[in-house]
Amino acid sequence: MIARLLSHDLPRSRWLAALLVVVVAGLAAAPFLFPGVKALDVAAKTLVFILLVASYDLLLGYTGIVSFAHTMFFGIGAYGVAIASTRFGAGWGALALGLTGALAVSLALSLVIGLFSLRVKAIFYAMITLAVAAAFQTLASQLSGFTGGEDGLSFGAPALLSPAFEWGWLDGKRLSYWLLFVVVALLFLLLLRIVNSPFGRVLQAIRENDFRAEAIGLRTVVYRTLSNVLAALFATVAGGLLALWLRYTGPDTTLSFEIMLDVLLIVVIGGMGTLYGAVVGAVLFMLAQNYLQTLLGATAKALAGIAGVAPLAALFTPERWLLWLGLLFVLSVYHFPTGVVGRLRALRWGAR
Amino acid sequence: MNTTAIAAAPAAIPKARFDGRPLALLLALMLLAWPLIGSSSSWVTLTVAGLAMGLIIFIIASGLTLVFGLMDVLNFGHGVFIATGAYVATSVLGGSALVRGWSGAPALGLNLAAIGLAMLAAMAVASAVGLVFERLIVRPVYGQHLKQILITMGGMIVGEELIKVVWGPEQLPLPLPQALHGAFVFTVGDGAAAVEKYRVLAVVVGLAVFAALLWGLNRTKVGLLVRAGVQDREMVESLGYRIRRLFVGVFVAGSALAGLGGVLWGLYQQTVVPQIGSQVNVLIFIVIIIGGLGSTLGCFVGALLVGLMANYTGFLAPKVALFSNIGLMVAILLWRPQGLYPVAKR
Repeated sequence: MIARLLSHDLPRSRWLAALLVVVVAGLAAAPFLFPGVKALDVAAKTLVFILLVASYDLLLGYTGIVSFAHTMFFGIGAYGVAIASTRFGAGWGALALGLTGALAVSLALSLVIGLFSLRVKAIFYAMITLAVAAAFQTLASQLSGFTGGEDGLSFGAPALLSPAFEWGWLDGKRLSYWLLFVVVALLFLLLLRIVNSPFGRVLQAIRENDFRAEAIGLRTVVYRTLSNVLAALFATVAGGLLALWLRYTGPDTTLSFEIMLDVLLIVVIGGMGTLYGAVVGAVLFMLAQNYLQTLLGATAKALAGIAGVAPLAALFTPERWLLWLGLLFVLSVYHFPTGVVGRLRALRWGAR
Repeated sequence: MNTTAIAAAPAAIPKARFDGRPLALLLALMLLAWPLIGSSSSWVTLTVAGLAMGLIIFIIASGLTLVFGLMDVLNFGHGVFIATGAYVATSVLGGSALVRGWSGAPALGLNLAAIGLAMLAAMAVASAVGLVFERLIVRPVYGQHLKQILITMGGMIVGEELIKVVWGPEQLPLPLPQALHGAFVFTVGDGAAAVEKYRVLAVVVGLAVFAALLWGLNRTKVGLLVRAGVQDREMVESLGYRIRRLFVGVFVAGSALAGLGGVLWGLYQQTVVPQIGSQVNVLIFIVIIIGGLGSTLGCFVGALLVGLMANYTGFLAPKVALFSNIGLMVAILLWRPQGLYPVAKR
């Protein structure tokens, strides 16, 4: 039953399985376990990032395409929901309309970008997507009448999900959290299904040796484009979910290049080419982003107290947390390219 | 006997005909913009501004395109060198009282000395950073494109954060020296054309770098090896040259040029932010895609096209200007999918 649910792509490591169980249980019960507002916010963002990163892994880890335009689709989803909700008032209809519209835009855009530039080498594609994403970001902040510009858009959620709704211990915040959880879980299982289907195998074949895949008779451009489109659609949904949770969409929360970098970091640290890497990586990253800073702050304070090494304290200020994550990123690309998941699977005494 | 051999040589090895159409495109763009803009004076102003911007971009991008051509390494961390150059310039120009005095004095000679000093320091520091970057980041991942993209991106993150550690995360001012403020004003046709003094300096430096690069690549042995390496790396290696060493040299030279470009770009913007590297990165990628990956002349033409286009559209249709680069790239790639001057083997 579980094997079928996971499309027979089991964690293949006891440690990993245990970790995943803890993560899933923790996320499912987050509203009870972590009562604070901030903790629930972290949990919800983790959910969104799991979906976003898993969809990116479909591109990077399974097909071997480096795209820097993934946050563009994430942003399209978020803006779709936000724009529809501000224009037509908060409600399920606006939500559905916004998401459908966003999905259509993402579909068209990813198809065009894919057909236009996936014929060429990986490097070319990476550069083109970087340029397109930059242009899209300026577009979003320029069309301020439509997107709210730099300020972004704040909007209301459907009544059932708004904080005003209360029904016993169940309130709007918790309800929207569980909505996020269910959607992310379903889509994650769907992604697992996709990568473990014959289609997913073709993608992996292209990643390993595209020349050979072409020689077997697979139209690599078609498969690459399909993978690109699928990843874009999943990212769009993730963006819509984030907008629904924050009830706000702005360039900084969805389109900024920092988010693209975050996604890259998570994929690599978690483990490329395995969707479980997205789960593990996203959880680690969110914890690091929100709690590593406290640790760094303490280190900085301690260092500043010791004479002689005081200048080093600048390296440990909480604002520089990305420095350490960046170093971790570089080291993981070198030394454990399969990420945390690969490492866990390689532990012999933990293997099944 | 001897003369016949020389006379026969061109027949034996047909010389590749110079492809002038991209250059014609550049001129056509300038001529097309003239009637659209309407007044000759504005046209002169915009053209000089565009050329200055284009030449700065060329200085930055030339190293990147050579590194790619020679070793098939695309360095997403090139922006780190740009940022390093710009920040070193803020330190040099604003750091010591002496240089600040030079820069603040209304004498052109002292001002140029201050800028020259800043450029030298920026190039030195950027090439040192480039050397370390090549050794630590790029060398272990030769031939693996996916890892290269990821790891140089990681290098970019770390570099940007380190810059924040050293210089702080705030925006720093990078004021122009006293004598370079303002513009030369002269009458052209129906009105007054204003050419900012700094842009003239940028054009002069840019043309000097371009000339030096052309000379170095076409008239020296090292340049010959670099060009040969871009065409066919294995052949050069089998002739007994260590292409690795050559490559390190080109990488460091490219970093130094990026540092120089960073100084010019920083002075052009008059402020420096830690994100300067990633901002310019997008621009130089567009330029080297337009030019043809690995091609120096293509990079030059591409940079000028981008610079001119940005200034013309900025004047004609400011809203569209932000997308002029993308539009230009799409148009060029539709015309020549491999870029303006495709490098033979790719």
